[in-house]
Amino acid sequence: MRLLRNAAVALAIGALTAGVLAYAGGARNAADAASDPAGAAAAATLRSATSFASVTDKNARAVALFEEAGKVIQSPRCLNCHPAGERPTQTDRMTPHQPLVVRGEGGMGAASGLVCTTCHHDANFDASGTPGNPKWSLAPVEMAWQGKSLGQICEQIKDKSRNGGRDLAALVEHMASDDLVGWAWNPGKGRTPAPGTQKEFGDLFKAWAEAGAACPKG
Amino acid sequence: MANFTLKLNGKPHVVDVDPNTPLLWAIRDNAGLTGTKYGCGVAQCGACTVFLDGMPVRSCTLPVSAIGSSDVTTIEGLSGKEGKAVQDAWVAHDVPQCGYCQSGQIMSAAALLQNNPTPNDRDIDLAMNGNICRCATYVRIRAAIHSAAKSLEG
Repeated sequence: MRLLRNAAVALAIGALTAGVLAYAGGARNAADAASDPAGAAAAATLRSATSFASVTDKNARAVALFEEAGKVIQSPRCLNCHPAGERPTQTDRMTPHQPLVVRGEGGMGAASGLVCTTCHHDANFDASGTPGNPKWSLAPVEMAWQGKSLGQICEQIKDKSRNGGRDLAALVEHMASDDLVGWAWNPGKGRTPAPGTQKEFGDLFKAWAEAGAACPKG
Repeated sequence: MANFTLKLNGKPHVVDVDPNTPLLWAIRDNAGLTGTKYGCGVAQCGACTVFLDGMPVRSCTLPVSAIGSSDVTTIEGLSGKEGKAVQDAWVAHDVPQCGYCQSGQIMSAAALLQNNPTPNDRDIDLAMNGNICRCATYVRIRAAIHSAAKSLEG
């Protein structure tokens, strides 16, 4: 009887595991597909930095520029690896990363556990749908963006104690040229890219810095 | 198609495959080492875990073209004191049920002990949660890892 009961429990757990796996796989495939093509198209563009020149008030221009750049910063491609907790999220729906991984030292995963490079390699691999980049890792917790307003993120980005010690020039360089930032526009098959291009994003960020780097309220 | 020389378990294997072929299929179909299993193909189950230069990787997420001269170790080539300790503990605890996921489980467990000889339950969970077992042998897996760690103490 006991054997039968144990077998039944194991079968039930196994079926549950299979269900979770099927759900996770399905979610991976479905979540990043453009379920709303019109919305996806609208989100896919950025206004050019020069188009903000007509805003004569410098602070208002800076705020408007950052709000435009914020379409990238607050896209799932960026937010997923800037989690507030220890676990990244994934897909456009920003569901918890499957399997469970944690930030660990250097944002590379638990030291003796499941590190990022177990699955993520130097390049996207469309055959398995796995994104990759040589610098694939989580942002440090002081750079957590999830759950924050754009204004809070803006203040955080300017704060050297929370931005890796970068001044505005280094921030501009990072946003405009960093290869891992650039992954957001080359995220692999079936994954929605960040709006616009890295060049347009970098130009917006540079124009924001030059306009005084004021932040949106709130 | 192109020729790649894979260093599998210390021996060269020439495989003629599309460069984007996942390492998993080169190991199984071309080199004929079928201990490494296909479970999901999307890095969600861990059944295809092998070592690349000693570090565990999911072989379904790596194209053959990315392997270069790296050493690939499969379950057939797992050795060393941690590998032996894990295999002995697996037998002692009679861990497998259907067995399909177990080569991946053993590879991940051996990698864990190489990096952390005295893992606690949380360490084990963080290292092993990417290896799914449909038979739900998780309790025995955890017990076997603790036993293997203990056997390595002496």
